[in-house]
Amino acid sequence: MSIKLNALFSDSYVDVSQYRDQHFKGNRYEQEKLLKQSATLYVGNLSFYTTEEQVHELFAKCGDVKRIIIGLDKIKKTACGFCFVEYYTRADAENAMRFVNGTRLDDRIIRTDWDAGFKEGRQYGRGKSGGQVRDEYRQDYDPARGGYGKMVQKS
Amino acid sequence: MSRRRHSDEGDAGAQPHKRRRTSEPIEIEDRLESLICRVGEKSTSSLESNLEGLAGVLEADLPNYKSKILRILCAVARLLPEKLTVYSTLVGLLNARNYNFGGEFVEAMIRQLKETLKANLYPEALYLVRFLSDLVNCHVIAAPSMVAMFENFISVTQEEDIPQVRSDWYVYAVLSSLPWVGKELYEKKDVEMDRLLSQIDGYLKRRQKTHVPMLQVWSAEKPHPQEEYLDCLWAQVQKLKKDRWQERHILRPYIAFDSVLCEALQHNLPPFTPPAHCPDAHYPTPHTVFRMFDYTDAPEGPVMPGSHSVERFVIEENLHCIIKSHWRERKTCAAQLLSYPGKNKIPLNYHIVEVIFGELFQLPSPPHIDVMYTALLIELCKLQPGSLPQVLAQATEMMYMRIDTMNTTCIDRFINWFSHHLSNFQFRWSWDDWADCLTQDLEKPKPKFVKEVLEKCMRLSYHQRIVDIVPASFSALIPADPVSFYKYAEESSSSLPGYALATTVGNAIKNRASNEEILIILKDVPNPNQDEDDDEGDSFNPLKIEVFLQTLLHLAAKSFSHSFSALAKFHEVLKTLTDSDEGKLHILRVLYEFWRSHPEMISVLVDKLIRTQIVDCAAVANWVFSPDMAHDFTRFYVWEILHSTIRKMNKHVQKIQKELDEAKEKLEKQQSKKRDSGDEEEMEKNSEDEDGQLEEQIEKLQEKVEAAQSEQKNLFLVIFQRFIMLLTEHLVRCETAGTDINTSWYKSCIERLQQIFLMHHPIIQQYMGTLENLLFTAELDHHILAVYQQFCALQL
Repeated sequence: MSIKLNALFSDSYVDVSQYRDQHFKGNRYEQEKLLKQSATLYVGNLSFYTTEEQVHELFAKCGDVKRIIIGLDKIKKTACGFCFVEYYTRADAENAMRFVNGTRLDDRIIRTDWDAGFKEGRQYGRGKSGGQVRDEYRQDYDPARGGYGKMVQKS
Repeated sequence: MSRRRHSDEGDAGAQPHKRRRTSEPIEIEDRLESLICRVGEKSTSSLESNLEGLAGVLEADLPNYKSKILRILCAVARLLPEKLTVYSTLVGLLNARNYNFGGEFVEAMIRQLKETLKANLYPEALYLVRFLSDLVNCHVIAAPSMVAMFENFISVTQEEDIPQVRSDWYVYAVLSSLPWVGKELYEKKDVEMDRLLSQIDGYLKRRQKTHVPMLQVWSAEKPHPQEEYLDCLWAQVQKLKKDRWQERHILRPYIAFDSVLCEALQHNLPPFTPPAHCPDAHYPTPHTVFRMFDYTDAPEGPVMPGSHSVERFVIEENLHCIIKSHWRERKTCAAQLLSYPGKNKIPLNYHIVEVIFGELFQLPSPPHIDVMYTALLIELCKLQPGSLPQVLAQATEMMYMRIDTMNTTCIDRFINWFSHHLSNFQFRWSWDDWADCLTQDLEKPKPKFVKEVLEKCMRLSYHQRIVDIVPASFSALIPADPVSFYKYAEESSSSLPGYALATTVGNAIKNRASNEEILIILKDVPNPNQDEDDDEGDSFNPLKIEVFLQTLLHLAAKSFSHSFSALAKFHEVLKTLTDSDEGKLHILRVLYEFWRSHPEMISVLVDKLIRTQIVDCAAVANWVFSPDMAHDFTRFYVWEILHSTIRKMNKHVQKIQKELDEAKEKLEKQQSKKRDSGDEEEMEKNSEDEDGQLEEQIEKLQEKVEAAQSEQKNLFLVIFQRFIMLLTEHLVRCETAGTDINTSWYKSCIERLQQIFLMHHPIIQQYMGTLENLLFTAELDHHILAVYQQFCALQL
C-alpha cells in the first residue's frame, strides 16, 4: 500500500531550480542541502516601489512570515527590485512556491526561488552600478525598475 | 519529460536516467507504472485500443512482475478515482485473460480496503468500494456478492452506541457506488436491493441533523438550498431509480468490450465485515452540498444537469477528485479540469467554478489551502480567456447579490479571494454595478463586503491606487489612508501630560540610549493612577507606556522592519512596563491608537509582541473584546488577529509537546540500549548521569507542557466567556425593548462565535467537559446554546 506513483504525483513547483548563488560560502553539496531544507525564498522582478507591507500581505497567505528583507541598491541604499521572504516552516514556503510564484504583485509577475539562507550583505545588489546584475544589461524600458538598463543609460 | 524522484535524501543532485543496453528490472517496473498511470490520457489512438494494448503488455509481464502490477493497480484504484472506469475495464480485460490474476486482484483490494479503514483513510476507502462495485460491471465480481457486502455495510446502521458519522460513512459508501453499479445490481438482485434502499430510507429519516446550519454557506433556502450531503445523494439515487437506473454520463469503456468480458468467469467477494468501531476512529465530517448554479445560469450551450440528477453528483465527484490529485500542480490541475471527458455535453466552466468555490467555502475548512484556489482560478482564466473569466464574473456577482445570508466565515474567504484575484488583473471590476450598496447603512453586509475588499486591495497595492480604481461615488467605502497618529507631535499637543518627557525620550532614542537609560528617564513620568503609598512607582503606569510606546512607534514608523527593530532593541523597557495584565492590555490600546488606520501594521506588531512575550495571548483576547474595540469589533482584521493569536498558542503547545515526546523517546532509547548491552557495570557508571539529566529535562518539559496547556485552555475560556457576555447583553436588551435580535451586528457576532469552534475544533474538543460545565450550561440563552449544540453534533 505504500506505493507512491512517482510518475504521477509530481510537485514540480517546489523543485530546486538551476540557479546557484556564486557568492555562496561553501561547496555545491552544502548549498544543495541548504536549498532543500530552506524556508527562505528569494523573490525577484519586484518593482522598485513595492513595499515590505505589500510583500508581507501577499506572502502571509501561505503562512506566518518570519522576516522580510528588501533588497537594496548597494550605493543608493534604496529598493532595487528583489527581496527575501523567510517563513517559520518549509511547508509554508513550499506553498508560496506553488501558489505565489508566477503570479502578480504590484501588477508585476514575480518569481520566487529557494534561497540557502539570508546572510548579512546579501541584501545588496551585485551589479556594477549598485542595483541587480540583470538591470545592468537589459535593453528594455521598465519604468518600475529605473527605466532603461544601466548600460543603455550610459551609452 | 522525465520526472525526478523526490526521495533522494542523500543525493547531491539529480539521478540522470542512463540508457542501458539491457533492460534492468527497475526500469521495467518504472515503465509499467508509467504505462498504467498514463492510460486514458490524450492519445492518437482510441481509449479502447490503448486499453487492449496495455492489457496485452501486462498479461505478458504477469509471470515476472505480477506483484508489482497488482500493487500499481491497487494504487491507481485508490489514488486516481477520476479514472475509475478506465482501470476497472483494464482489470476486467486482465481477468478475462487470466482468471487467477483477477482473483488475486480482488483479494488484494479487500486487504487494501481493510487497511485503509483501519488507518482512518475514509475518502480512499470510498474510492476502493466504488472500484469494487464497478468491477461488477466488468464481470470481475459477481453481483450477488457485491450486494452482500452492501448489506453488511448497511447493517452498521443497526449498531448501538456508535457515532452517527460512522453509520453515515457506510451508507454513503453504498449510495455513492450506485450511480456506477445500480443498474447491474438491480437487474440481478432487485428484491435485496429494494430492501437495502428501504433500510437506508429508514436510517436517513431517523438520523440527527442538528449540525446542518453550522455547515451551510448560505442560510437562505433560495435560490439553492444548501442540502446535507446524504440527503442530496439520497434524492439523486431515488431519481435514478425512478429513471430505471439509466445513467448516461459516466464514461464506460467496458461496454465496448462486452463480448470479451461477458465470457469471463466472475469471482465472489469474500464476506466483508466492517471493522468494529474504536475510539481512535476518525470518520469524515458531514458537509453540505454547495450549489450556486442551475440550468438558468448557463445562457448558451449544454444544459446543466439538475441538482437531484445523478449526473450532477458524478461530475462533481470527478472534479473534486481531479483537484485532490493535482492541487500541487496548478497548471496540470487546470488542464485536467478543462479536459474532463464528456465536457461537450455539460457547461463545464460552470461546474468547475461551482466545485472550486464549493471547496473554498467548505465548512469547517477547505480541503486545501485557500491561496491554491486563487492560483488555480488564475490558471483556468489563462487557459480559457474567452469564456472562464465571464463565468467567474457571473459567480462573483451572484455571491455579492446573496451576501446578506452568507456565513461570515465564507464572506471572509470571499473577500480574500476576490481582492487577491483582482490584484492579478489590475483591479479591473465594474464597481458601478454595485452602486446599490451605497444607499445602505455601512454595517450592512453589502457595503461592508465592498469596504473590506477595498481594504484588502489596498494592502496589496497602495491607497491612491484604490482611490483611482473606484468611482467617486464610492468614496465612503474607500479605506483610510494608513497613516500613524502621534499624539505628541509638535506644538499642538504641548499641553498633553507627558509631552515634555516624550520629547526627552525621543531624543534619547535618537541618540542611541540604552534600555537602562530610557528606564531612568521614564521614572519621572507621573502616574495618573498612583496610590499615595506606592513609592516605588512600579505599579501599572499607563502614561509611561503611552509616552514611551507612542514615541518609539513614531520614530520607527517608516516600515515593518523599522518597527520590529525598535521593539527588539527596547524589549527590556517594554517587558518592564507591561509586567501586569493591565500593562499588557494598555500596550495594545496604545498600539491601536497610534496605528488605527493601518490594520496590517497592527496585525504584525501584535504578532511580534506575542512572539517576544511582551503580551500574552489572553491579553489580545481581552483587548479584542474590550469596549475600546467595540466599533471595530465587526471588522475583518480584528478576527484575523484573534485567530492568528489562537494559532500561535496552539503551535506553542504543540512545539513543547513535541520536545517532551522527543526527550521521552531519547530516554527510552538510552535505557533500551543499556538493557541490550552486555557490560552492565561499565554502562551503569556513565548512564546514571545521562539518565538523571534527561529525566530532569523531561520533568521540566512536562511542567512546561502543563503550563502551556493551562494557558491555552484559559485563552479559550476567556474568548467564550466574553462572547457569551456580549451576546447575552444584546439578547436581553432586545427582549426588553421588544426589538428584533437579528441585527447585522448580531449575525456577525454569533457567526464569529461559530467560527471559533469551527476553526479550532481539534483543540476545543479537549476542553469540552469544562466548556459544558462552566459556560455552555442549560441556563444559557438558547440562541447561544444552539451554536454549542450544533458543534457537538458535528462529532469532529
